[in-house]
Amino acid sequence: MIRLESIERIFQVGDERVFALRQVDLAVRSGEYLSIMGPSGSGKSTMLNILGLLDRPDKGVYQLDGRDATHLTDRQQAEMRRHKIGFIFQFFHLIPRLTAAENVELPLTLAGVDPVARKECVAAALARLGLAERAKHRPDQLSGGQRQRVAIARATIMRPALVLADEPTGNLDRASGTEVIHTIESLNAEGMTVVMVTHDPELGRRARRQVRMLDGRIVSDSGAGHEG
Amino acid sequence: MKAEDVIRFCGRSLAGYPLRTGLMLLAMAIGVAAVVLLTSLGEGARRYVAGKFTSLGTHLLIVLPGRSETVGGPPPLLGQTPRDLTVDDALALTRSSAVRRVAPLMLGSAPVSLESRSREAIIMGTTADMFEVRNLEMAQGRFLPPGEVGRAEAVCVLGQKLRNELFGNGSPLGAFVRIGQRRFRVIGVLTKKGESLGTDLGEVALIPVASASALFNRASLFRILVQAQSREAIPRAKKAILQIIQERHEGEEDVTVITQDALLATFDRIFKALTLAVGGIAAISLAVAGILIMNVMLIAVSQRTGEIGLLMAIGAPGKQIQRLFLSEAAMLSLVGAAVGLLLALAGHWVLARLFPEFPLSVPIWSPITAVGVALATGLIFGVLPARRASRLDPVVALSRR
Ligand SMILES: Nc1ncnc2c1ncn2[C@@H]1O[C@H](COP(=O)(O)OP(=O)(O)OP(=O)(O)O)[C@@H](O)[C@H]1O
Ligand SMILES: [Mg+2]
Repeated sequence: MIRLESIERIFQVGDERVFALRQVDLAVRSGEYLSIMGPSGSGKSTMLNILGLLDRPDKGVYQLDGRDATHLTDRQQAEMRRHKIGFIFQFFHLIPRLTAAENVELPLTLAGVDPVARKECVAAALARLGLAERAKHRPDQLSGGQRQRVAIARATIMRPALVLADEPTGNLDRASGTEVIHTIESLNAEGMTVVMVTHDPELGRRARRQVRMLDGRIVSDSGAGHEG
Repeated sequence: MKAEDVIRFCGRSLAGYPLRTGLMLLAMAIGVAAVVLLTSLGEGARRYVAGKFTSLGTHLLIVLPGRSETVGGPPPLLGQTPRDLTVDDALALTRSSAVRRVAPLMLGSAPVSLESRSREAIIMGTTADMFEVRNLEMAQGRFLPPGEVGRAEAVCVLGQKLRNELFGNGSPLGAFVRIGQRRFRVIGVLTKKGESLGTDLGEVALIPVASASALFNRASLFRILVQAQSREAIPRAKKAILQIIQERHEGEEDVTVITQDALLATFDRIFKALTLAVGGIAAISLAVAGILIMNVMLIAVSQRTGEIGLLMAIGAPGKQIQRLFLSEAAMLSLVGAAVGLLLALAGHWVLARLFPEFPLSVPIWSPITAVGVALATGLIFGVLPARRASRLDPVVALSRR
């Protein structure tokens, strides 16, 4: 499903060139559950952003679903993000003035889905995550764990094939963090491919495949050698 | 994204910042209200003046002795004075088929007295036709009688104010007043139709032109008022008047003919220009509102970076984000304009109460233009923030929180 070949990402900071990613190769098959770990600044977020088409590599080829995703137009990338990719962020990124249900509904709204179908879809998604009673609450009326689960409902409302999570528990206490991880794992059980960046080794070990990064390179990959 | 979803989304984000949104709406509303109210004042002034002119009479031409405009050609001979206009000149004008009525007007001033009371008044010597030509109205009695123009009948018609000053509550009809050294029988009183073009008709006494001629011992007229057959006949009447007078004055074209329409048209143009100018000045406040919108929207974009990044992450292309912000600006402008129209309506109501006789009226183009300009400013000044929003780098936008 994912194939990265010799990906490089270089940031120009003043006169200096920062190599965020160097010669990264990675292949992920559909339905895999993969965690990325590594020290701060090792390029984990950069890699996730490239996987999520929020950022473009300076070199290399990125194939998503057998399609070259490196040379898509902005519009095509947006289209791919809308239908194929779901993002889960450390800071949830819920829109504060909208209710939980409206936040979850947003991707459907953007895609122009019919309101009646939207409502049904959202209600089902919230119920699945145990948030049915919270539908009308605004983010500031929810706990951190609940917020992240609303964000997960939003990320998956379009049934994306690929879920990208950047430190989804980074802002949560252990209990709600575990709850969120269970939720993410259940998404994987439903067949979604999950790539999760985490600092927590315990959580990282739960993934069936673990990737370690250091200084912009992949230094170990428990599932390397598999063909994507 | 469906239109109603765009409206709801933008509405929610505007409602999310009530103070900021309220201030922008206020700025827009004041601008729109200013445009509508000021143009309506200008239009009212135009109508007021037009009303004054039409109350002068319909299809009116005024003949003045002397030429007011200089046309190229040999300079006039030294000491040449224009020939006087006479009653016979006036009567001769009826020869033209374009002319319906002619009223000579001789003007002078003399004391009008009743017993011991005396008032200095403007004396107008004229004929029965003046009544129709000037659209006069009688409060009491009748106007000067028609008949032989040369007959110096000793009758007079008084203006309302003069009548009050001389007679108080008593009935003036049939009474005799003294004008200069002569006695005149009062046969009628004019209504309080007010003043038109400087002469307060309340303070005049009208007498037959022959009587006036005898009273002031002169034959020259102040002017001749001519009513044309129709609006279309006015230019023809003007030509005929000039031709007839020229014939009678030994080939000398020594009168000026003013048409009411020409005067009216001039004033009309002046007032239209004034209305436009005033409206334009008011429209500047709309531009100021536009700049305010731009500023606040720029702040909104930087405050909502995270939200913009999120929209991008869930698949909104830049164009769509641009459209969202532009829609927000457009909604602000439209709602502001609507509030402005309500404000203008209220202001209108108040002005109408305060100045009941002033014909306030909103020219239809003014609210339409005001709303159009408001929307245009909103959109124009919304473009910059919207583009800035759509060009954010999603990674940067999401990393800020
Ligand atoms: N926009 C940018 N401009 C310049 N340098 C950047 C930018 N984004 C990332 N970098 C650099 O690229 C490198 C990798 O950054 P990245 O955010 O991917 O690290 P990370 O592994 O996610 O770290 P963390 O665990 O702290 O989130 C870092 O050295 C960082 O300073
Ligand atoms: Mg990171």
